[in-house]
Amino acid sequence: MNLDLARWQFAVTTVYHFLFVPLTLGTVWFVVGFQTAWVRTGNVKYLRLTKFFGKLFLINFAMGVVTGIVQEFQFGMNWSDYSKFVGDVFGAPLAMEGLLAFFLESTFLGLWIFGWDRLPKKLHLATIWAAAFGTLFSAFFILAANSWMQHPTGYEISETTGRAVLNDIGAVLFQNTSILAFTHTISASFLVAGAFVAAVGAWHMSKDRHLDVFRPAVKAGTWVILIAAVVVSITGDLDSKVMVEQQPMKMAAAEGLYETTANAPFSILSVGDLAGDSATRIIEVPGLLSFLATGSFDGTVQGINDLQAQYVQQYGPGDYSPYVPVTYWGFRMMIGLGMLAALYALWTLWRFRGGRNPKSTVFAAATAVITFLPLFGISAGWIFTEMGRQPWIVFGLQKTADGVSPTVGTASVLISFIGFTLVYAVLAFFEVRLMLKAIKAGPPEIASEDPFEDSQDDADKQLYFAY
Amino acid sequence: MDLVTVWFILVAVLWIGYFVLDGFDLGVGMLLPVIGRNDVNRRVMVNTIGPVWDGNEVWLLVAGGATFAAFPLWYATLFSGYYLALFLVLLALILRGVAFEYRGKKDDAKWRRNWDAAIVVGSALPALLFGVAFGNIVGGSQIASSTGNAADAGSINYIGSFFDLLNPFALVVGLMTLTVFATHGAIFLALKTSGEVREASRKVAVRVGVVAAVFAVVALLWAQTFSERVAVTLPLVLVAAVLWLGGLLATIRGRDGWAFILSAGTIGLAVAALFVGLFPNVMPSAIDPAYNLTVYNASSQSYTLTVMTIVAVIMTPLVLLYQGWTYWVFRKRITSSMIPS
Ligand code: HDD
Ligand code: HEM
Ligand code: HEM
Repeated sequence: MNLDLARWQFAVTTVYHFLFVPLTLGTVWFVVGFQTAWVRTGNVKYLRLTKFFGKLFLINFAMGVVTGIVQEFQFGMNWSDYSKFVGDVFGAPLAMEGLLAFFLESTFLGLWIFGWDRLPKKLHLATIWAAAFGTLFSAFFILAANSWMQHPTGYEISETTGRAVLNDIGAVLFQNTSILAFTHTISASFLVAGAFVAAVGAWHMSKDRHLDVFRPAVKAGTWVILIAAVVVSITGDLDSKVMVEQQPMKMAAAEGLYETTANAPFSILSVGDLAGDSATRIIEVPGLLSFLATGSFDGTVQGINDLQAQYVQQYGPGDYSPYVPVTYWGFRMMIGLGMLAALYALWTLWRFRGGRNPKSTVFAAATAVITFLPLFGISAGWIFTEMGRQPWIVFGLQKTADGVSPTVGTASVLISFIGFTLVYAVLAFFEVRLMLKAIKAGPPEIASEDPFEDSQDDADKQLYFAY
Repeated sequence: MDLVTVWFILVAVLWIGYFVLDGFDLGVGMLLPVIGRNDVNRRVMVNTIGPVWDGNEVWLLVAGGATFAAFPLWYATLFSGYYLALFLVLLALILRGVAFEYRGKKDDAKWRRNWDAAIVVGSALPALLFGVAFGNIVGGSQIASSTGNAADAGSINYIGSFFDLLNPFALVVGLMTLTVFATHGAIFLALKTSGEVREASRKVAVRVGVVAAVFAVVALLWAQTFSERVAVTLPLVLVAAVLWLGGLLATIRGRDGWAFILSAGTIGLAVAALFVGLFPNVMPSAIDPAYNLTVYNASSQSYTLTVMTIVAVIMTPLVLLYQGWTYWVFRKRITSSMIPS
């Protein structure tokens, strides 16, 4: 009971946190780009874009910050036996994230938000660059921590305490699992943010508003989607091969592949009981799974049943396969919803070709939908990765069931689970309303090319920005 | 000095940083309806902390992360043990953070009133509960080994209930942090504003400051009964008390900068006294001293501590530098005439 509640709480709070994270990770670079363009060209159009997307970014960032606070303490609250077992290794990247990333992000973002009329133009630009690097560092360290759970390295098990002990920090931070998770997640985040920026701009343009302002935004967003889609596919493909090596069960579960198969097909759609031991495939691509998993169309992919038997020998009796329907559909939603954004990008390029203007209700409607799809795709990617690791919390070392806090009462977990879920639901409501309001309001009118020129040391002037 | 001692000191420094910095913005938050009698004045208040509150809060996150890395057993036992208290703190911090960002995003009196309420509760509750939590750490908690084998520190867990946390000593410490942070916030406001808000803040600082002094004297003297080395902690506490009186006097005299330095110094010394009194324990057991979590049985191994020491030695001065620069950039006092409509 406690275990299930703790898992639900972790899943809800983390997936929720990660709705805001990819948007932050990607959008901040668009803001950086627009502001840099303004400083370099002096074209007020770019300042308006900076302000407009900056505001959307901040509404989102606030939610990313407050939901992140919960993440920092949850390991101790619900997973205290896990924290004790791995703290020596896992705590280090977490502490580094705070020291190297969170301080940087939060301090420089404060300077950026309030500093428009307090800092010289170039220094002010530097603050958003610093904050943007902060978000990258943050992602790197937390993903290194998570990758260690997928594939523990650089540690030994202490003979005296039985707990994991760090012996090589480089192996934890820079193992290929970690590098791939970082590049894959960052490029996926760019896909999400590109779709967001392109779609918001295209929506305004399809209503014939602010054409000249949004044209560069749509263009930037579209190209970012296309490039990110390529990088996501390449890193995803590399990730698949590493995963087959490190967590073969996850790949088998992603495919619902029960029997070991050579020249294994990749199923795109199937029906029937995936959690049983077979499913009817409707559409499949011959050999593709073998190719994804091994790099050769004839490669052999191990099935769930074989792996299960192997793990029982290795780790003792138990069920070592994750819940297949979630991994199967999670994997497909990740790829499908993400790639849909790439199709949308191509469509947008076509509609905007040669300076054209896509006034069309169909396009506007598609645009409104596409904003969210890659976001669901990136969540699906995480849900797949994390649930595909089950029953392990640290692969091969500790089972999720052994990581849960032993003395926290069911009532406590229930109260906090309900509390967080309710508050998160209420906040989602406000966040979406504010976002829509800010999107509809469009970019602010700005009269002069440099509204901050003469405001540097004027003592009692009104604040340029205030809460 | 061995590495575990270094890390005990570093964790203490992070908590001191957190209480000195977030202490004043929690204080400003809870005084919102007391000092800010109209919306413009409330906005003056919120804008004094606007650029810095998030950076201040990160001290808490890093204190948490550093505890996880250096003393995993402390991190695990503390946060799973004080579960519901921490849950309330987290909810409060969530609402407060969103409220700062969102209160001005819609021009509607009711919208603002609701977010203001979130700021007040979201500031007062953590200020109280952090004190309660420290009271419990210092005074000893209901922790014991589930196997009865005290040598197996990994089996030590909190076995009390939420209501065990609300014991008289812990509550007095909580009231101390609540009132001290309120005073600290008022003193900060006096330093960062001029006009109406400054005048109101100075009055509040002195009034609440006197109440805080009473709670602080009771709490800190009581804490001496738990101290491992009264010969050091008692003088620290006495110096803290002198600084506090100096801070209030400076406020009366209108020397805002001095007042702030002195109240920050008081908080720093008081927290330092609690940590010095605790060492080498990190979480003493109220059940049997054999179950005490100490810097020795709760810590990571020396490799992790060495790596983290290198990171901390490089990063902490840098962080202090750029955070200090932020305070310099936003050094100007704010008045109601500067608030854009
Ligand atoms: C791939 C990126 C990524 C992932 C997997 C996570 N986060 Fe996160 N987190 C960020 C990327 C990020 C960020 C981009 O840096 C955020 C999001 C928005 C923001 O404000 O910063 C952030 C904010 C954020 C904050 C608030 C920082 C502040 O006050 O400025 C904390 C404490 C955490 N996170 C902690 C966590 C923990 C403990 C996680 C693991 C379960 C986690 N995050 C997953
Ligand atoms: C940000 C993207 C992430 C998402 C969306 C996510 C999602 C999830 C989900 C859905 C589960 C539940 C799986 C299950 O119970 O079957 C889970 C488990 C877990 N994840 Fe993640 N995760 C993310 C990142 C991380 C990171 C970065 C860490 C660690 C640093 C982490 C640590 C854990 C732990 C400890 C569990 C085990 C608890 C459990 O089984 O519920 N996760 N995660
Ligand atoms: C051809 C396309 C793709 C392939 C082959 C692919 C492959 C993979 C694989 C194998 C993993 C699991 C890694 C592991 O558990 O070790 C993964 C995880 C993930 N995927 Fe994808 N993916 C693709 C596209 C996408 C897209 C379009 C998105 C976002 C919209 C996305 C987001 C994620 C995320 C967030 C994770 C979890 C983080 C990680 O482990 O890297 N992926 N992907």
